Amino acid sequence: MTEPLLAVTGLRKAFGGVAAVDDVSFSVAAGEIVALIGPNGAGKSTCFNLINGQLAPDAGSVRLGGTAIGGAAPRAIARLGVGRTFQVAATFASMTVRENVQLALLAHAGAQHQIGRRATTALAAEADALLEQVRMARFADQGCATLAYGDAKRVELALALANAPRLLLMDEPTAGMSPNSRNRMMQLAADLARQTRVAVLFTEHDMDVVFGHADRVIVLDRGRIIAEGPPAAIRNEPRVRAVYLGDDEA
Amino acid sequence: MTLASLLAQLLNGLAGASSLFLVAAGLTLIFGVSRVVNFAHGSLYMLGAYVAWTSVAWFGRGPVGFWGGVLLATLVVAAIGALVESLLLRRIYAAPELLQLAATFGVVLIVRDLTLATWGAEDLLGPRAAGFAGVVDLFGRATPTYELLLIVVGPLVLAGLWWLLVRTRFGVQIRAATENRALVGALGINEARLFTQVFALGAGLAGLAGALQLPREPANLGMDLAIIAEAFVVTVVGGLGSITGAFLAALLIGLVKALCVVVGTVEFGGFAIAFPKLTLVAEFVVMAIVLAVRPYGLLGQPAVIPATTPVAEFRALIRPPGRRSLAAALALAAVAALLPFTGDEYRLILATDILVLAVFAASLQFLMGGGGMASFGHAAYFGLGAYGAALAFKHGAPMAFALAAAPAAALVGAVIFGWFCVRLSGVYLAMLTLAFAQIVWSIAFQWDAVTGGSNGLVGIWPAPLLADKRDYFWFVLTLAGAALAAIAWLAQTPLGYALRGSRDSALRAEALGIDVRRTQWMAFAIAGTFAGLAGGLHVFSKGSLSPETLAIPRSVDALVMVLLGGLNAIAGPLLGAAAFTLLQDGLARATDYWRAVLGAAILLIVLLAPMGIGGALQRLFARGAR
Repeated sequence: MTEPLLAVTGLRKAFGGVAAVDDVSFSVAAGEIVALIGPNGAGKSTCFNLINGQLAPDAGSVRLGGTAIGGAAPRAIARLGVGRTFQVAATFASMTVRENVQLALLAHAGAQHQIGRRATTALAAEADALLEQVRMARFADQGCATLAYGDAKRVELALALANAPRLLLMDEPTAGMSPNSRNRMMQLAADLARQTRVAVLFTEHDMDVVFGHADRVIVLDRGRIIAEGPPAAIRNEPRVRAVYLGDDEA
Repeated sequence: MTLASLLAQLLNGLAGASSLFLVAAGLTLIFGVSRVVNFAHGSLYMLGAYVAWTSVAWFGRGPVGFWGGVLLATLVVAAIGALVESLLLRRIYAAPELLQLAATFGVVLIVRDLTLATWGAEDLLGPRAAGFAGVVDLFGRATPTYELLLIVVGPLVLAGLWWLLVRTRFGVQIRAATENRALVGALGINEARLFTQVFALGAGLAGLAGALQLPREPANLGMDLAIIAEAFVVTVVGGLGSITGAFLAALLIGLVKALCVVVGTVEFGGFAIAFPKLTLVAEFVVMAIVLAVRPYGLLGQPAVIPATTPVAEFRALIRPPGRRSLAAALALAAVAALLPFTGDEYRLILATDILVLAVFAASLQFLMGGGGMASFGHAAYFGLGAYGAALAFKHGAPMAFALAAAPAAALVGAVIFGWFCVRLSGVYLAMLTLAFAQIVWSIAFQWDAVTGGSNGLVGIWPAPLLADKRDYFWFVLTLAGAALAAIAWLAQTPLGYALRGSRDSALRAEALGIDVRRTQWMAFAIAGTFAGLAGGLHVFSKGSLSPETLAIPRSVDALVMVLLGGLNAIAGPLLGAAAFTLLQDGLARATDYWRAVLGAAILLIVLLAPMGIGGALQRLFARGAR
């Protein structure tokens, strides 16, 4: 069997003596969509930050396609093909939607420090194609700061995709959206991932989104994995119901 | 060097450390609670010295006059601090950091001129401290008892502050506000009153420090900026927000300076290095080492990087300039080229100044507007350029080479300083840039043999071909026009967008593979280079230069120009430079106190028109177009 695209082994990170992530191991294969769920403070975001380099692990390894990336800088990990969206959408507020994507494409091409051409005319067709993919083409000339919350999340997805990622990390991609948009957003991400065989790891509080779109679910509680499996199994796992779904009868 | 002289210098260094600590502690307290770095803190220190002097003048040199004066200075300055907080700062807590800093800079200018108007320009010699006028024999040396007293004051104030913060209800409130500002209101603490009280406390400490300094140094108008630059170094080294850190850093720097004096002049292979003159450079070295190892100072906490910029101003959409802008720029240049034919030489000199300053302002705007990095010491690069060109010229280089040396010298400086600066952000960065500028200034001021010291250098005139004022104007118009066009172009390139992206969201930029620090470092180098070019053009237009060329007021000038013109308006630097030059020219002829008027103008911009002239015009045009 070949090595999975993302392999996390024995990952650990403590803040002031409290282990936010404790001996966590899991893997994600190319084209697979995996949900990371758990109550607030379970360690989901810390896990993400360890994988994309915003935090350095205290112990354990993170491997992407066989390369150890644990502790590398976010920009280095990004260049290896990890795209990321944030819990609070992070876009470039002073630029238009198209310019956001153009800058992302320039960075992907390693051209972010060029001074011989205009940024606004660079890779415009590619940028528009990406915006078409995330259904944001009609907002291309609008400023990013004035977008509705859900639209900003879509732009973020386009930014992450501009990097032609092998692994896509999405931190609560549908938070703050209406139930309808949630499903549309997640369906969009899932379709794109399956088409391009990108591995997706996402966190989410909405269980309909999780059970509707994930191939596999990993449940974290207090920094440890307490369950892992296909959605149907996780839904009925007593420990998960007890800890996470707050089901006292289980 | 003897052991006795070493000890004597150490005592001297420790005595100096005490007053520095008092100022830095106040700065850090105020920052902790209000998140405002008070550039006017040095002005409060200066006021303390002047108030104490007045007390002695009124009540005599006895204990009542002196120690009463120390008490009076503490109270008066605390009251002034409370007044400044409630009248001004309270209105700008929600404003962008940059504007807060600029506003307190405005206060510096106003206080300076008020002091000048009240006490005059002469240095005022202070009395010996009553009861501590004598000396004691320590290790075979006569040591002033006052020095010993000062050495005790630092730890005493530290202990007092510690007691206040840990043992009193007021202290608990201060710590709560420092840890989590949102919590304060929720806990039912009167936020407005707490802020005013803390500001008064910090100001009182500065007043106390100034008054205590009076027996060691005459009260003078340069005290404000001299101490603030040092206090910034101490605060940055100690860690912003940490009082104990400030204490340790003040001690460390006091000791290093003392050691420099003790080492004296040393010969290295024919070069005589006078260490006593290098005390400020020594501070820089200490700061550089500490920051390289611990970017947030000895006891400081790293700042949390926000996901997106919280600065409202930076969330506004920036449109690239269109054809109309280009046409307007070309038309303006054509009109300007006709100016020499009017035959008015004074107008020509003003126009040359405006062009040079526009390049200077544009370089700062590139860094501040596009990069979100507030340089409060941009004059360093202007000055490095000016001195670079002047020194090359003095050593026989033809004008063309001398002028090329200007951007080159500034580039070297910007690359070195920028390396440190981009490791910090926000107010830390602003403080560090100011500290660097102060160091460059002190080198220019103290290194007589090379820079001519306070007299500067004279006789730097353009080549015969450009000797005529009209020819030099055309020359400057061409170069400045090209430089302004180049800076405007850079903002439109991928580099310019990567820089602005790093400003908008460092988190997102890094996640896309953009090296934020490297991008900002490049911006620093570019901004420094263009500022240096402006400095070179400046020195050849004036024929001479002095340390004033790179003193802090010139950095303030650049800031004012950028704020006047608008942080992100394309025509901002030119508009700002023109408005500033004409305003200054008019004011300087009308009043001796034009700096106070300038300070008031800064306050008005911050309070009423944070977008600047250029921003307001742009909004007007946008409305018209719609």
